[in-house]
Amino acid sequence: MSRSLLSWSTRSGRARLYQVALAAALLLAAAFLWSNLRGNLASRQIRSGFGFLREPAGFAIGEGPVPYSPSDSYLMALAAGVANTLRAAVVGIVLATVLGTLVGIGRLSRNVLVRGACAAYVEVLRNIPLLLQLLAWYLVATELLPEATSPLQLAPHVYLSKEGLQFPVPVWARGWAFALAAFPLGLLGAWALFRWARSRREHTGHTPQVLWPALLVAIGLPVLGWLSGGAPRELDLPEITTFNVAGGLGMTPEFLSLVLGLATFTAAYIAEIVRSGILAVPHGQTEAAAALGLSTRRVLRLVVLPQALRVIVPPLTSQFLNLTKNSSLAVAIGYPDLVSITNTAINQNGQALECILLIMSVYLTINLLTALGMNWYNRRVALVER
Amino acid sequence: MPAMAAQAAPSSGARLPPARKRGAWAWLRANLFATVPSTIATVVFVAAIVRALPRVVRWAFTGAVYSADYEACRALEYHAACWGFVTEKYRLILFGRYPYQEQWRPLVATVLVLAALGVSAHPRAWRRWLVVVWAVVLPAFLVLMGGGILGLTRVETGLWGGLPLTVLLTLIGVSASIPLGIVLALGRRSHLPFARGASTLYIELVRGVPLITVLFVASFVFPLVMPRGFRIDVLTRIAAGITLFQAAYMAEVVRGGLQALPRGQYEAAASIGLGWWQTQRRVILPQALVLVIPSFVNSLLSTFMDTSLVTVVSMYDLTGALRLSLGDPQWRNFFLEGYLFVGAVYFVFCFGMSRYSAWLERRLGRWTLRPGAARA
Repeated sequence: MSRSLLSWSTRSGRARLYQVALAAALLLAAAFLWSNLRGNLASRQIRSGFGFLREPAGFAIGEGPVPYSPSDSYLMALAAGVANTLRAAVVGIVLATVLGTLVGIGRLSRNVLVRGACAAYVEVLRNIPLLLQLLAWYLVATELLPEATSPLQLAPHVYLSKEGLQFPVPVWARGWAFALAAFPLGLLGAWALFRWARSRREHTGHTPQVLWPALLVAIGLPVLGWLSGGAPRELDLPEITTFNVAGGLGMTPEFLSLVLGLATFTAAYIAEIVRSGILAVPHGQTEAAAALGLSTRRVLRLVVLPQALRVIVPPLTSQFLNLTKNSSLAVAIGYPDLVSITNTAINQNGQALECILLIMSVYLTINLLTALGMNWYNRRVALVER
Repeated sequence: MPAMAAQAAPSSGARLPPARKRGAWAWLRANLFATVPSTIATVVFVAAIVRALPRVVRWAFTGAVYSADYEACRALEYHAACWGFVTEKYRLILFGRYPYQEQWRPLVATVLVLAALGVSAHPRAWRRWLVVVWAVVLPAFLVLMGGGILGLTRVETGLWGGLPLTVLLTLIGVSASIPLGIVLALGRRSHLPFARGASTLYIELVRGVPLITVLFVASFVFPLVMPRGFRIDVLTRIAAGITLFQAAYMAEVVRGGLQALPRGQYEAAASIGLGWWQTQRRVILPQALVLVIPSFVNSLLSTFMDTSLVTVVSMYDLTGALRLSLGDPQWRNFFLEGYLFVGAVYFVFCFGMSRYSAWLERRLGRWTLRPGAARA
């Protein structure tokens, strides 16, 4: 029995033998590295384990939405890093998608100048390393912009200087809290309206026009919340003082250059995805839709876009992931993202292995969540084939 | 008679002759003034070009200072470029901290490798002798850079920098990751559950994390898992890190080639009695690898750009050497010129590679597919 299970002369026996050999080799290698690691850690007197996470980190973090002070624990510092990474990634993704879509459509323009400019944008941005672009953006933001005492005024009360971008922000009041709470409710209401319209169409064949009511619900509910909270209108306006620009909400030059660099770089890739997605819809589809008597807008909305999106969305998500991973280059320009904070932690406590494992698990979690969302989307839009 | 001629004229209403499709005027109409928005865009673009072009030319060329004359550069007050920074520092930027007197060695070494790459670029050179060429060129590169024999003074790898370092890391990263990637790709498509699981896990783990964390592993963790007393220098560690990272992407490239082969190839190989190893070596891999050669070039391109990240772990590749040269407080303000110069160097290489890859794809497409051959 055991001879037939692990025998060289049958196909399945060989398969088992190969796997046993492979597993043994991998285990041996792992054991070898592990024992070296134990020895090295002992001789260098480096602690191991994740106990350090509860100890005070002791270093300051430049910025971030998570309240943090140097006396907080390493865990809090890492949380601040994750928040900063996500903040840069989300803003970068929004900007990159808008810019990339515009450039991608621009590449299909009938106007040769627009076409050429968009092609040049894509080629130049894609063929220069992102790190070089980020470093250049950062130097532009910190060297070429005017001093904070005489900032550039982009709009009323919006100032740009070496210390970053300052813009007005509403003073937090009850009305804003109500509006914020009503926002998801509004979205939910709009979604319910669309669901209802769809089931009506499927049952009766008539499509109720719900676009305007849905918009009204989505926007109206937060406005109602704002009104019921006393309609607060006070703004925190940045003002030029003798030393700098004070007040309002600020974005540091690190954040600005990281987000702009990531967005402009990724936009070049998104542009190519959008372009190929639009080109992937055969012209016959447009003609067939026109022959059915659909208006240009409905041709676009009902025929071209759904098919183009099926091609565009999967590579687009992988670009979003790339942007998130590339935000780790923040370490080179001093923006306190996850990698940059962990780098500081490693230099401080020497527990490189644990720290790197933490970074990797955060990125892998982000990847996994995106992959799950992607699979759900793909199942939804997959062609129903015979 | 005139009445009859009038009757012969078409009664359905005369149509205008079709618009001219050829000639300069027709081209302009179609490409610049086809619609109202298009015309507006044209006007805006032309106005912007007319306004900006003289300034750009003045800034970059006619008004610029080309000699390494700091006072002259300062006198420009940033109204024109100071290429003097590049004139002064180009050797530091291109060769990093490599000893100044010996910099002919990285120059010769890089030219040698670039020439070998140029020769390898043409499909006609894909013969057995190319292996010999590389078997000579790569050791020659290392000998020229490292020295220690043939009367060349020894130069520690820590001093290697600039373009030669970028080229070296790229070459090692790509060439070492191809065999690894092939193994991983075969593993991922294997019928053995353990091999498939291990390969898939490795590929997805590595592709899920940023390169910079892999470089951190290479610089912080590699020394910890080596036997005690065993030291590997930074360059080797980083090159290994880049290779391990690139291998995961390479595996997916190779897998793309494997999946593009029709099932018939496997069945045909099985029907003439080839085993798994023989099928892969004699039938599948030769075809799959040729299919993905353009993707290999793209990997070369992305690795070339990715090597700039080694700056973060204190190596002075092209990007790092630029930052090194900007450390000089006197010239620091002329960083824009430095970045434009290095950006142009990267652009020339990368743009060249991407054009080459596109050309290769067209050419190989003609070559590998027989007319009517089905490809899954």
